[in-house]
Amino acid sequence: MIKYITRRLILLIPTLLGLILMTFGIFKLTPGDPVAIMLGQSASPEQIALLRERLGLDEPVHIQFVRYTWSVLQGDLGRSIRGGVPVLDAVMDRLPHTLALATTAMVVAVLLGVTTGILAATTRHKWIDNVIMVLSVGNLSVPEYWLSTILILVFGVQLGWIPVLGGTGLKNLILPTFALALGPAAVLTRLTRSTMLEALHTNYVWTAHSKGLAEKIVVLKHVLPNALIPVVTVIGLMFGSMLGGAVFVEAAFNRPGLGTFAVKAITNRDYPQIQGVVIVAALAFVLVNLAVDISYAFLDPRIRYE
Amino acid sequence: MTNLPDDYCSIQISSANETERASQSLWALAWRKLCENRIALAALACLILIVSLTLVAPWIAPYSPTETDYDHLKHPPSSVHWAGTDDLGRDVLSRVLWGGRESLRVGILVVLIGMAGGLVFGFISGYYGGLLDDFIQRIMDVFLAFPPILLMISIVAILGSGLTSVMLAVGIASIPGITRLVRGLVLTTRNELYVEAAHILGVRKWKIMVRHILPNIVSELIVYASLMIGGSIMVTSGLSYLGLGAQPPSPEWGAMLDYGRSYLRDAWWMSVFPGLAIALVVICVNLLGDALRDALDPTIQ
Repeated sequence: MIKYITRRLILLIPTLLGLILMTFGIFKLTPGDPVAIMLGQSASPEQIALLRERLGLDEPVHIQFVRYTWSVLQGDLGRSIRGGVPVLDAVMDRLPHTLALATTAMVVAVLLGVTTGILAATTRHKWIDNVIMVLSVGNLSVPEYWLSTILILVFGVQLGWIPVLGGTGLKNLILPTFALALGPAAVLTRLTRSTMLEALHTNYVWTAHSKGLAEKIVVLKHVLPNALIPVVTVIGLMFGSMLGGAVFVEAAFNRPGLGTFAVKAITNRDYPQIQGVVIVAALAFVLVNLAVDISYAFLDPRIRYE
Repeated sequence: MTNLPDDYCSIQISSANETERASQSLWALAWRKLCENRIALAALACLILIVSLTLVAPWIAPYSPTETDYDHLKHPPSSVHWAGTDDLGRDVLSRVLWGGRESLRVGILVVLIGMAGGLVFGFISGYYGGLLDDFIQRIMDVFLAFPPILLMISIVAILGSGLTSVMLAVGIASIPGITRLVRGLVLTTRNELYVEAAHILGVRKWKIMVRHILPNIVSELIVYASLMIGGSIMVTSGLSYLGLGAQPPSPEWGAMLDYGRSYLRDAWWMSVFPGLAIALVVICVNLLGDALRDALDPTIQ
């Protein structure tokens, strides 16, 4: 087990180097002078020269890269161009909001997706199954930002049940959570349904039936545990698409978070902030995936010996 | 040995005919299977209708998409303005029709960019193998290790906001995934007997790739592309919704949604109709993509 974890940690090194190279590239590949773009048209040549010096842009590229890598490894992501706040602090302020949204949405998506998937599989070709499948196709095709808009319109504006914009309390989390969860839930519904159907037609299930076990026990004790293995794998992979969806949901609900932070940084052309948010978000994603993978290795011994 | 060129030619011709006939029958079969799928046909019809409506928008749109009418500000849907008017009195239906030209064009171009890049890298990687393959794959590994949205945001940051940057960003972000797919397909195809035969007969490498390998993996690529279009339209419109893509006067669907946000309380139709258009197109494309996958999958035949 320790060997497996060590190997996974070593594999992280090239990924991290690639990430740093990518964010370094954001700054270097921008056509024109990024410093002039950041400072705007009213900047004097002296101001531009000063900022260039502060950012170490007068050095050769490889020196700049080594310097950048070194400071990133030390947790120094630079300071924002406007306001001069340390980027790491600013990003870390937003990170919990995005993680909270992604986590609650993941819980809702799993609960909703797995239960409707089981329901659809056990009522195959009856109207319940048909309704669930049609709804899931619809859900998959509705973009998060429009779903958010519709939820705000129905529950916030028309019914006035839930506060819709701003605020970070628990109540404010309800609508964004559903806006983010419904798409992934639909994926899980379809997956659970098909793995359940597969497991329903195995020999051990027929054996369980012929022993005279109640339908409920067969489904819960024999079918479900086997059907859920691929579902658990997909849940880990979904975190990335959750992060993508969170960008849109945060924008729609005007919530603080990494998504709104990144969009604002791009609009302001604040390069240290853009680099910082990409690094932190990517790192969060990679670490969550690592944690998920390691927990699989605990659950399923086969993975360790791959 | 002296008559090798003659032999080579005849074998070349007959093998070309063979693949053509085989691929024709595959397509004919796929088309027949598609026609039996009523949901797929409905989706196809709906999609053709939407695409042609946006194509002929300049002639059929009841109003200009940009002309303001200060006598009809924020009018709800009525017999005069079917989808209402926005805060400047512009007809929402006309804007949705015109905007579709942008949104659909960008969605399709994204897939073409991704496919072009993915085909080049995938073929180089899969066919030549060796160090080049290792190099390309390690780079793609890094990109695949992160959610695509981060790569898109980085590229938009480099290129600056705008619909073209968004299109390039989403297209480039899809290259690693397609490269992986193409590489896998090429790897399985390059060891087939007909490829080896062509190789032994001295057919040039690029010709083997284009004439012998590509036709045999094209159905998988089409399925992947068709399933990708829906997502591309959603993401490109989404980036416009974030204000990173098409800018406000443009009737692009995502930009319209973004614009309508501020008027959610008193003009819901400004937000509902552009979003409905996106959802409708994506549903049709996804249903059609699913059906295509079933129709083109030789294992189900």
